[in-house]
Amino acid sequence: MSVAAATPPVETQEAAAWQRALERERAAALEFWRRFRKHRLAVAGGVVVLLVVAMGVLAPWLAPHDPAQANFLKRFRPPAWMEGGSWEHPLGTDQLGRDILSRIMWGARASLTVGAIVITLATTVGIFFGLLSGYYGGRVDAVIQRVVDILLSFPYLVLAIGLMAVMGPGFMNMVLALVYKEWVTPCRVVRGEVLAAKNQEYVEAARAVGAGDAHIMWREILPNTLSAVIVVATLRVAWVILMEASLSFLGLGVQPPTPAWGSMVAAGREYIFQAWWLATFPGVAILVTVLGINLLGEGLRDALDPRLRE
Amino acid sequence: MSAAQIINRLFQLIPVVLGVTLIVFALMYFTPGDPVEVMFAGESAATEADLERYRRELGLDQPFHVQYLRFLSGLLRGDLGMSLVQRQPVRDLILSRLPATVELTAAAILVSLLIAIPAGVIAAVRRYSAVDKVGTVGALLGVSMPDFWLGLVLMLVFGVHWGLLPISGRVPWGMEPQHITGFYVIDSLLTGNWPALKAALRHLLLPAITLGTSMAALTMRVTRSSMLEVVHQDYITFARAKGLSGTQVVLRHGLRNALIPTVTVVTLNIGVLLGGNMIVETVFAWPGIGRLVVESIYNRDYTVVQASVLVYAVTYVTMNFLADVLYTLLNPRVRL
Repeated sequence: MSVAAATPPVETQEAAAWQRALERERAAALEFWRRFRKHRLAVAGGVVVLLVVAMGVLAPWLAPHDPAQANFLKRFRPPAWMEGGSWEHPLGTDQLGRDILSRIMWGARASLTVGAIVITLATTVGIFFGLLSGYYGGRVDAVIQRVVDILLSFPYLVLAIGLMAVMGPGFMNMVLALVYKEWVTPCRVVRGEVLAAKNQEYVEAARAVGAGDAHIMWREILPNTLSAVIVVATLRVAWVILMEASLSFLGLGVQPPTPAWGSMVAAGREYIFQAWWLATFPGVAILVTVLGINLLGEGLRDALDPRLRE
Repeated sequence: MSAAQIINRLFQLIPVVLGVTLIVFALMYFTPGDPVEVMFAGESAATEADLERYRRELGLDQPFHVQYLRFLSGLLRGDLGMSLVQRQPVRDLILSRLPATVELTAAAILVSLLIAIPAGVIAAVRRYSAVDKVGTVGALLGVSMPDFWLGLVLMLVFGVHWGLLPISGRVPWGMEPQHITGFYVIDSLLTGNWPALKAALRHLLLPAITLGTSMAALTMRVTRSSMLEVVHQDYITFARAKGLSGTQVVLRHGLRNALIPTVTVVTLNIGVLLGGNMIVETVFAWPGIGRLVVESIYNRDYTVVQASVLVYAVTYVTMNFLADVLYTLLNPRVRL
């Protein structure tokens, strides 16, 4: 029998390789789902996060009232289950007679948007510098890591507040102030992963067939760091939402009349003696959202990359 | 860890601290608006020529690097500049607020340790039990809770609803103990002023719990995991084999070793607490540096903000350094 007759055609070999790769990915996804599903609290966290996202996205349709519409005749209405309350305003009304439930629903948008934008920007910047730092090492690494060290020398909120004091309050300024330090975390994670990966066989193989640095960094190493990046990004969203709420509480973040949970708690603080519900419910919204994201993040970590538990 | 290693590590801090001062200076330099105008806001008698002269006196007409070097030389002499609004040296303002912040931070650390260490040990000893699960969820709740909200809830429950504890300030007006150290608890102890001591402790409780909760959550998780590592070590098995009771093994042999990472985490988190201070001091009208910063932002008193951010950052760097040193001293297997 000739060699040509024994070897399958090239197209068949490629198709088989694709098929094997596909099966490997499917098996990995199933393994991930099997591990994640076992973590019941993480599943609960995921459900909470989905509900909060749905609440924010669907706020224009779900919210029973216009969140900015004041009604001075309905100021300080208590929640429905208290004396004087009604189901027209299930969580009561604020000092301007605005519906608290509607403002909480709209407020989800501010928190989730800040969380998503900050983490996307910070992760992109962090991946870029983390790859450069880990891959090239030497002076590039030294310079990037000194900048990281300097930024790590500031307590998170202190730096954000300092920057906000300079730039002034507002949504975009807050996003920038948070990104300014947040990129450091993904940068360090990616750098660590790159350092571990850059001497692996698959990287050497890519180098041997003539792949350039950019190709090796972006196409070979980066995909292998993504599970760690996803886990860290998820856990950091929770932190960023807490920071956004803290800045808004101090009057430096999202500005009135746009509803934001932190500024709602701050406004409610003035009336804590006469209307406890003003500050309480937006705080519960922050707590539930951050807890949900933390639980989801821990589940993702255990399922995707248990090493990060260290 | 030898003295030479400590000195070497200290030298490594120099570029970091310089970088910190550069960022802090740049914060002030690039702030929109003129500091001299903020200083003379509301004083119609000041002419443009007066303002110009004052700018020259303060060196604000100089280029960036000259102003930065002047700022650095001032720092070396302990000069943090003048408050634009209060017209006092910023150093004096910060020093007058420092004891309140240190007292609150120390109380928060104490509260967090009192909660975290027993909870962490019990969770580890009874791994996977209901107690462990409650502890784990409790710790997650602790790190997920916004401290400004927790503070308000505690105020509402213990201050407003039950009327058990005061909700603002350090002591009632007129009850301040004689000034010795500025720490009210210590000063009232030193002077034997028991009513002031009682008042100071009662005022400390709610802010300390608020500030200490997230740290307690973190410390509890670290204590639990380091206890879990320790209980599987040979020397623990040996201690049990010698016939020591479970409590003796856990406390004398387990906890002592498991506390090494806990001490490091606590030291590292003192810096994190400083950030939380701004919020908690604002909520409880606690007259510390955190509240000074927030007030200064509202008043556009940028020199105070700048100097306070610098003080926070330097404290944070120092705490990180101490954590490194402590970790190495406590655990000789680690070398810097």
